[in-house]
Amino acid sequence: MQDNNKCALNKRYVERDRDWHPPAYAPGYKTSVARSPSQALVSLWNATTSELMGPDFRKLRMGSHDNDLLLNYRDAENPGLPVGERIIMFGRVLDQFGKPVPHTLVEMWQANAGGRYRHKKDVYLAPLDPNFGGVGRCLTDEDGWYRFRTIKPGPYPWGNGINTWRPAHIHVSVMGPSISTRLITQMYFEGDPLIPLCPIVQTLNDQEAVDTMIARLDMARSRPMDSLAYRFDIVVRGELQTYFENQ
Amino acid sequence: MQQPNSVSCSELMLRETASQTAGPYVHIGLALHVAGLPKRDEELWNQMARPEAEGEHIEVIGKVIDGNGDPVRDALLEAWQADAHGEYQPEYDQHKPFNSFGRTATTAEGDSEWSLITVKPGAVGLSNGRVMAPHINLAIFARGINIHLQTRLYFEDEAEANAACPVLNAVESTTRRQTLVAKREEVDGKVRYRLDIRLQGEGETVFFDF
Ligand SMILES: [Fe+3]
Repeated sequence: MQDNNKCALNKRYVERDRDWHPPAYAPGYKTSVARSPSQALVSLWNATTSELMGPDFRKLRMGSHDNDLLLNYRDAENPGLPVGERIIMFGRVLDQFGKPVPHTLVEMWQANAGGRYRHKKDVYLAPLDPNFGGVGRCLTDEDGWYRFRTIKPGPYPWGNGINTWRPAHIHVSVMGPSISTRLITQMYFEGDPLIPLCPIVQTLNDQEAVDTMIARLDMARSRPMDSLAYRFDIVVRGELQTYFENQ
Repeated sequence: MQQPNSVSCSELMLRETASQTAGPYVHIGLALHVAGLPKRDEELWNQMARPEAEGEHIEVIGKVIDGNGDPVRDALLEAWQADAHGEYQPEYDQHKPFNSFGRTATTAEGDSEWSLITVKPGAVGLSNGRVMAPHINLAIFARGINIHLQTRLYFEDEAEANAACPVLNAVESTTRRQTLVAKREEVDGKVRYRLDIRLQGEGETVFFDF
């Protein structure tokens, strides 16, 4: 048995509840219709080394402004600040047992204050902001905390229906301790009336599951005369404690 | 007495954050150059093996095809594989010859293929003494995919190991097992394996839950 693989031997994760997550086929979100498998998933009820391990990014060298979207697109030609409501997006990555997930990679991307992405395929009529890229990344600290400084993205229309709009949202990607905990989600903002109208939010069957994606305004963590703060905790699958003695 | 793997209800406090599609602009966040954004210091991308890495150097390519038979041009894929000795290298470090993790994407132009520059993984031993055939774990994210799809890529020239692999054998249909087996090609003296991922319908790829 190889050394690196050994650490996976006694691990097991809490089963992923596939009824809690959105189903692959959710016809209200039209693109899912032709992109959803029709066959059942094959269950690896006895997860192997391959699924129980995952990349550890603590040596990934990041730029000093990788988590600061107010500054990380700035250059000599565009030395200004982005337009929009300045916000601090922060929270903790925890597992289902409430245990912090330290040193894990959190990545995020978003539209600018007008609802336009800096992506060659986005042709929405809202203008690009010359001072805003819209991408960030960071590692959680010892206690699982992460933090970004950015602007609040604007809502934007999309072609799912005649008049469908995405609520303001930030796309969030988290690795967690193994490929079993890998998760991509979207963070929404507390109180946004577009949330219940969105076909992508509606792919979820459970309001409680929707609530896991809603960031809360946190006045205590805001910066007076500077930025509002929104807290978004991310929960990844919990690692079960096992008690095998003679594996 | 504590049972193996048991957990009381009160210990399990939190529900997992729900998944949402990575959307059409996933590249902005996870594949910056594909979106036309400048690269940062160290980006996670598709070169998993540098020339000095041990093992057989290969390229792995494929398409992602939707239920209409059309190529999916905005998919992001993540790869996770053992090194040539069958050992995972969890510590990601771009200065190492080999990393077990890589990212790739299908493209809006041309053949819309994803590709990985890597070495052929070794067989991976399990604690019960059984051995998994060489394989690459793949996760697929895209617009229209509400929770990422998880699959594995096996190699057609490992027929014997494939036949004995406990995970491949967990797929009941022997016909469907073939959807996981990449075809070997030689192009300009270089070894390349090809696997198209079919999201739906005829020849639908096997996707795993774990
Ligand atoms: Fe979006």
